[in-house]
Amino acid sequence: MDKVTLYINGTAVQAQKGATVLEAALSAGIDIPRLCFHSALPPQSSCRLCVVEVKGARGLIASCSLPAAQDMAVTTNSEKLFKYRKYILELILSNHPMDCMTCEKSGECELQEYAYKFGIKQTPIRGEVTNYPIEATDPLMMIEHSKCILCGRCVSVCRDLWATEAIDFSKRGFSSKISFPFDKPRLESDCVFCGNCITFCPTGAITERSALGKGRSWEVKKIPSVCPFCGCGCNIEINTKAGKIVKITSNENTPVNKGLLCVKGKFGYDFVHHPDRIGKPSACSTDPSADSASFVQQPCGENGHPCYPSTSLHENLIKSSERLSRPMVKKGGKFHEVSWDEAMNVVSGRLLEMKQKYGAEALGVLCSAKCTNEENDLMQKLARTLLGTNNVDHCARLCHSSTVAGMVQSFGGAAMTNSIEEIEKASCLFVIGSNPTENHPIIGAIIARTAMKGAKLIVADPRAIHLTKFASAWLRHKCGTDVALINGLLNVIVKEGLQNNEFINARTENYEDFRNSIEKYTPEYVSGITGVPKEEIIKAARIYASSKNAMIFFAMGITQHTTGTDNVLSVCNLALLTGNVGKEAAGVCPLRGQNNVQGACDVGALPDFYPGYQKVNDPNARGKFGKAWGIPLDNKIGYTLTEMVNFAAQDKIKALYIMGENPMMSDPDLLHADEAFKKLEFMVVQDIFMTETAQLADVVLPATTFAEKEGTVTNTERRVQLMRRAIQPWGDSKPDWQIICMLGKKLSSVLRRNEPAFGNVYFDYDSPAEIMDEIASLSPVYGGISYDRLGKIGLQWPCPDKNHPGTKFLHKDRFSRGQGRFNVVEFRPPAESADNEYPFTLTTGRVLYHLHGGSMTRRSTGLDFILHEGYVEVNPEDAERLGFQHGQHVNVTSRRGTIKIKANVTDKVPPGTVFIPFHFAECAANILTNNALDPVSKIPEYKVCAVRIEV
Amino acid sequence: MPEKTLLKHTDTPNSETMDFYLSQKGYEASRKALTSYEPAKLIDEVKGSGLRGRGGAGFSTGMKWSFVPKDIFPKYLVCNADESEPGTFKDRALIERYPHSVIEGIIIACWAVQINSAFIYIRGEFTLGAKKLQKAIDEAYQKGFLGKNIFGSKFNLDITVHRGAGAYICGEETGLLTSIEGYRGYPKIKPPFPAIQGLFAKPTVINNVETLANLPYILNNGAQWFKSMGTEKSPGPKIFCVSGHVNKPGLYELPLGTPCMEIINNYGGGVWKNRKLKAVIPGGSSAPVLTAAQAEKLNMDYEAVAAAGSMLGSGGLIVMDETVCMVNALYNLIRFYHHESCGQCTPCRYGTGWLDKILHRMEHGNGKQGDIELMLNICDNMRGKTICVLADAAAMPVQSFIKNFRDEFEYHIKEHKCTVTI
Ligand SMILES: Cc1cc2nc3c(=O)[nH]c(=O)nc-3n(C[C@H](O)[C@H](O)[C@H](O)COP(=O)(O)O)c2cc1C
Ligand code: SF4
Ligand code: SF4
Ligand code: SF4
Ligand code: SF4
Ligand code: FES
Repeated sequence: MDKVTLYINGTAVQAQKGATVLEAALSAGIDIPRLCFHSALPPQSSCRLCVVEVKGARGLIASCSLPAAQDMAVTTNSEKLFKYRKYILELILSNHPMDCMTCEKSGECELQEYAYKFGIKQTPIRGEVTNYPIEATDPLMMIEHSKCILCGRCVSVCRDLWATEAIDFSKRGFSSKISFPFDKPRLESDCVFCGNCITFCPTGAITERSALGKGRSWEVKKIPSVCPFCGCGCNIEINTKAGKIVKITSNENTPVNKGLLCVKGKFGYDFVHHPDRIGKPSACSTDPSADSASFVQQPCGENGHPCYPSTSLHENLIKSSERLSRPMVKKGGKFHEVSWDEAMNVVSGRLLEMKQKYGAEALGVLCSAKCTNEENDLMQKLARTLLGTNNVDHCARLCHSSTVAGMVQSFGGAAMTNSIEEIEKASCLFVIGSNPTENHPIIGAIIARTAMKGAKLIVADPRAIHLTKFASAWLRHKCGTDVALINGLLNVIVKEGLQNNEFINARTENYEDFRNSIEKYTPEYVSGITGVPKEEIIKAARIYASSKNAMIFFAMGITQHTTGTDNVLSVCNLALLTGNVGKEAAGVCPLRGQNNVQGACDVGALPDFYPGYQKVNDPNARGKFGKAWGIPLDNKIGYTLTEMVNFAAQDKIKALYIMGENPMMSDPDLLHADEAFKKLEFMVVQDIFMTETAQLADVVLPATTFAEKEGTVTNTERRVQLMRRAIQPWGDSKPDWQIICMLGKKLSSVLRRNEPAFGNVYFDYDSPAEIMDEIASLSPVYGGISYDRLGKIGLQWPCPDKNHPGTKFLHKDRFSRGQGRFNVVEFRPPAESADNEYPFTLTTGRVLYHLHGGSMTRRSTGLDFILHEGYVEVNPEDAERLGFQHGQHVNVTSRRGTIKIKANVTDKVPPGTVFIPFHFAECAANILTNNALDPVSKIPEYKVCAVRIEV
Repeated sequence: MPEKTLLKHTDTPNSETMDFYLSQKGYEASRKALTSYEPAKLIDEVKGSGLRGRGGAGFSTGMKWSFVPKDIFPKYLVCNADESEPGTFKDRALIERYPHSVIEGIIIACWAVQINSAFIYIRGEFTLGAKKLQKAIDEAYQKGFLGKNIFGSKFNLDITVHRGAGAYICGEETGLLTSIEGYRGYPKIKPPFPAIQGLFAKPTVINNVETLANLPYILNNGAQWFKSMGTEKSPGPKIFCVSGHVNKPGLYELPLGTPCMEIINNYGGGVWKNRKLKAVIPGGSSAPVLTAAQAEKLNMDYEAVAAAGSMLGSGGLIVMDETVCMVNALYNLIRFYHHESCGQCTPCRYGTGWLDKILHRMEHGNGKQGDIELMLNICDNMRGKTICVLADAAAMPVQSFIKNFRDEFEYHIKEHKCTVTI
C-alpha cells in the first residue's frame, strides 16, 4: 500500500495514500475539532470546524476532505485557527437554543462538548432565528429543528449507508432544514424508521421520542447484547435505568452492523415491558417510582412541544397478548397459576406417563430459533437422553431445511459461505428469492449501497422489491420456476464458454452429467417457463459469470418450495460453474431468518443431527454422545417438525414440548395444525407470551426475554455472539436454560428412582458458560469457543481449537465434503398451480416491521403503530377487473381456508400473483398455504399456492 | 464602434435559424475542426489564442481542457447557461438570438477533449431560451451536425438541454453538476476537480456560453486574429452588460481593455439625468464596488480590474449615480446572496443570513453601534473558508462597500437615516 509523508504541526506523519489530512492526524493522535465528519460517512465538509492551515495554500482548508499529499505542511493548531473555529461555533450557536439543561442529548452532544471546550457562553450575534416547529408525528422519533446544525450526517447515513434517501435538506441558506419530501410527516415518506439518523446525529436534533424523559447518558447503563430479531445478529446496547429498558443503541465499533440498526432492533424492544402482562410480579426489581418519574409529561402541543405516545396505542394491540409471569396449568379448560415446583411435577409426571404408555417415539420436542445455543443444546439433550427420542426439531424446518439438504450435497456444509463484511468487496451480487431490505435489513442495506457504489446487482424476484431499483438486471420470473431460471443461466454460461474450467477441473465432480442436463434449458425454452425475456437471462448470465467476485444471496423464496432442495442445488451449481465459492467476497449465502436459526441447527435442534452436525445414525457419533451424556442413545432419525404435526393428527405423536415457538402462526395450513394440536394428550409451551399455541397447551411455563438472560446466539454468518443480561427476569419467569435444568433434574431423579440402572444425566449447570464448554467439548466446529473468548466481536465457526481465530469464509482450498459436487436438477412445477377455480398464485413472506408470528413485534408500540394490519398485495389490473379498491377488505380463499384481509393495490406484484405477509393472526396467511412438502427436506411450500379473491 | 463578432447578428431577424447561420459560414469551423485538426492540436490552438473563460473566473480555456485525462471514458462537457449573476445578461442574448454559435462551440470543444456527451445547463427562468436552444439542437441533428458520425469523422456527440430550477448556486460549476445528477444543487468538495472527477464522477469540462461561442470564430479566423483584439493577457472580444444609471443600458461587445468610462459614456450614453457617477461594480454583483474616481482610471480587462481591487467577472458593469444610498444598495445585494446561499457551509449559511438581518435593521434605522465591525468580522470568517466561493462573493461586496463608503454606514447607524435625500 502506498504511503505518503506529510508534516502536521512540524511532525512527520505517515498516511495511507488517499487518506485525508484529518484521518492522518487522527491516526497520529492529533485531534482536530470537527462536527460534520463521521468516520463511517463520506465527508460532508460543511461545518468548517476542521479547517487547517496548509503551507502555500490560500485560505483555510477543511481537513476532513483534503487528501494528504507528500510533503504537505499542515498546521492544525494556531491562534488564527482557534479564533476561526470559535467563530464557527458562535455562528452555529447564534441559531441554536441554549437548552442543554433539558436536552435529551446532554452529556453526549458533540456541539455541547465543543461549546464547553471553546468556552462559549454567548454568541456575538443575536436576532431572529429560524423557528420551525418540532416534528413529532409518530411515537418513535422526533426532530427538533432548532437543535439541528445542518451537518448532513443524517442525510448521508440515510442515503450512503442505508440506501433509503428518505431525508434531505430543504429550503436554502439560513432557512435550510432537514425534511422529508414536501415537508410531509415521516410516516408518509420513504423513511423506514431505522433510527440510524439518530445514531449519527451529533446533537439532540433527532432523538428517540420513545425514550423522551426516561433518562440521559449519565443515568443509563449500556449493556452490550445481540438483537433478538433477525439472523443478521446486530450488536446492540441495551440502555437501562432503574431496571427498565430506556432505549436500544448501537455503536460503530460493532463487527456486524457497525452501529446501524433496523427499526426492529432499534424500536422493537418494548415487548419486554409489554403492559398487558398478567399476574402481580412478585420478584420484580422494578422500582415503581422510577416508572412514574419517567412519565413526567411536557405540555402537549404548546410551542410545538411533543407529547408522549398515548397509551391508546397499546390498546390497539391484540388483547390475548400477555407477558407470562407464573407457570400455569390448565384445569377444566382454564389456566391456573401454580408454583414452579408444582408445574415441574405435572410436566415430568405427564411426560413420563406418555412415554410409558406410548413409547418414546410418541414424544416430540420443538426447540427454538429465538432461544440461545445453550438452551437449544440442553433441550435436545433432554429429549435424546431423558425422553429417549430424536424427535427434536425447530422452525428451521420451515425456513432452511432445504438449504441444509442442498448445500450439504453440493459443498458439504450448510451455512453462509462468506461474511457480511465481505459483501462490499464483491463485484456482483445475485439476490434470488430474498428480500433482504425487509427481512435482513442490515444485509439489504449493504447490498443496496454496494450496488450504488458500482457493483452489479442481479435480482430474481416475481415482486418488485427495494433492491430491484438498484439492479442491473431484474429477472421477474413466475413463482416456483427458479430451477428453470437458474438452469437457463447455467446454459448461457456454458454455451458462451464463460465457465471457470480451472476451478471445475481442480475442485468439482460430476461436471459432465451436469453439463448434459442443462443443454435443453436454452434461453428460449426457459423464457417460456419463467416468463423472463430471453435477453434478460442472457444479460444476467453474462454479468454473473464475468464478474471477478460474485456472491449469491437467497432466502425463503428459494427454500420454501416443494422443489426447495432442488432450488438450492441449482444455486450451488451456479457458484461452482464459475468458481465463485471458496474465496473472499464470492460465495453462496443463505440468509437465516431468526436471530438464532443458525445456532439452533449448530447445536443439534434437528432430528438427524447431534450438536455440530454429527449424525444420530452414525454409530461413532452416537457412542461419543452417549458416553458424554451418560446414557445409551436411540439410533433412529427422529421426526421433523412437519411430520410431528401430521403424526399428531394421526395419533402417532401424543405429547409435545414446545419451547419459544408459535407453530399456530407459522405452520402451513393452520386449520390442519389446530386439529393436530388439539388431538395431543399432553402439550407444554414454554414462552414469554400467551401465544396462539400456548393457548392450546396443558402447561404454560413463563420464560424470559433476551434482555433478561445470558447466552450465545449464532448469526447468519456463523458468528457466535454473547447476549448479556440487562434486567431482572419479569415476575416469576425464568431463563429457558434454567427451566430445562430444573426439568432435567426432576426427570432424571424420577427416572433413577423408578429404574435405578438409569444413567446419570447431568443437568446441574450453574451458568450458560458451563453449557457452552460442554458444547465445545463435543462439537468440533465450536471446539475453540468459550465465553472468555467471545468478547466484543464473537467468533465465527468453524473454530476448532482455543487458538483458532474463527473462519471468515468456508471451503477455501477444499470443500467440507472434499470436492464440490455438480448436481443434475430438472425443473418441476409447484404442487399447486392457479386454475379456473383458484386463478391467483399466492406467495407469502415477511415485512420489515414484524417478525415471524408477530408475538414480539406486534406487542411493540412503535412497530404496531407503523404497521398495524395485514394486507394482500394485488396488482391494479386484477383489482379493477374484480371491482375493488385499495384499502377495501376482500376474502381470499384457498383449498384450505378463507381469510378476510385488506387489499393493498400495488404494481409491486405482477398481474395474477398476490402476496400476503404472514405475521397477522387476524388474517393469517398460513390458513391458506399448502402443506405439500419437499420430498427431501420436508419443507412446506409456503411460497406458492392457488387462491381466489372475492369482494 | 469596433466591428462586432459574437453579437454581430443578434439584432437580425431570424438570426436563430439554421438557414441564417449557414449563410454566415455556419458549421464550417466545426467541420474544419473535426476533419483537419488533431484534438491535441486544437487544444493548442485554443491555448494559443489566449481565450479565457467568460463565466467569471477568467481561466485559460485551452489550459482547462488539457487537464482532462485522455484515457478515462465517458467524459462530459457542460455548457454553463445558468446566467443568474445580478447585472449579467449576455448568455441569454447568445442563446435566444444566435444559438447555433453556441452549439458549434460545443462541437469544437467536445472534439478537442474527445467528449461524446454534452449538457447545456440553462437557467430555469429562460423558458424562451430553452425552447430556441432545443429547436436549434433539433435542426443540428437533422443536418447531421450532431448525433452519430458527424462530418463523416466517426465522431459522435449528443447534446442534452437540462433546465435549472431557479437557483443561483447551480451556476457554480459543481453545484451545477450535482443538480444534473439529480441531487440538490450543492457545490461539491474540491479536490477532486471536475476535470478529473466531475459529472457522475467522470472527467468533465465546464464552459460558459460566451466562452464556447468564441470558438467557431477562433477556428475560422485563427488565433492571431483573436489576439489582435484586447490586451496581451486578456485578448479577444468581450460582451459587457451595462446596467444601472446610464442612458442606454444594454450589451456592448468590445475588445477587452476598453476603458470603463468609454463604455459608460460612448456606448452607454453616459450617466442618466446628467447626474454624477458615484460608483461602479465592474464584473457582476460579486465583484467589489469601485468609486467613481477609481472608475475614471479603469480599463476593462482581467488584470487592470484586479489591480484596482475588483474583478472583471462576467463583465456585468453596474453603474450607480450620486443618488444611490450605498447601505440600501448593499442591502439589496446581500438579500440576494442570503436567498441564494445553498446553506451547506456554516459560515456562509449563517454569515449571509446575519449580514442580511444586520443590513435590514441598519436600512430601517435600527442599526446598532458595532454593527459595522460585526459585519466585517462575519465577512472575515466567510472568506476563503467554504466549499464554494459564493461565501466570498457575498463577503466581497460588504467589505468593499464599507471600505469605500464607510461614512454612509456610520451615518445610518448614528442618525438612523440616509445621507442621500433625493
Ligand atoms: C456562485 C457562483 C455562480 C456562478 N454562476 C455562473 C453562471 O451563471 N454562469 C457561468 O458561466 N458561470 C458561473 N459561475 C462560474 C462557474 O463556476 C465556472 O467558473 C464557469 O462556468 C466556467 O466557465 P468558463 O471557464 O468558460 O468561464 C459561477 C460561480 C459561482 C461561484
Ligand atoms: S429513520 Fe432511517 S430511513 Fe428514516 S430518515 Fe432516519 S436514517 Fe432515513
Ligand atoms: S438532524 Fe442532526 S444529523 Fe441531521 S443535519 Fe441536523 S444536526 Fe446533523
Ligand atoms: S437487521 Fe436484524 S439483527 Fe439487525 S437490528 Fe434489524 S432485526 Fe435486529
Ligand atoms: S459557500 Fe455557501 S453557497 Fe457555497 S457551498 Fe458553502 S454554503 Fe453553499
Ligand atoms: S468536520 Fe470537516 S468540515 Fe465539518
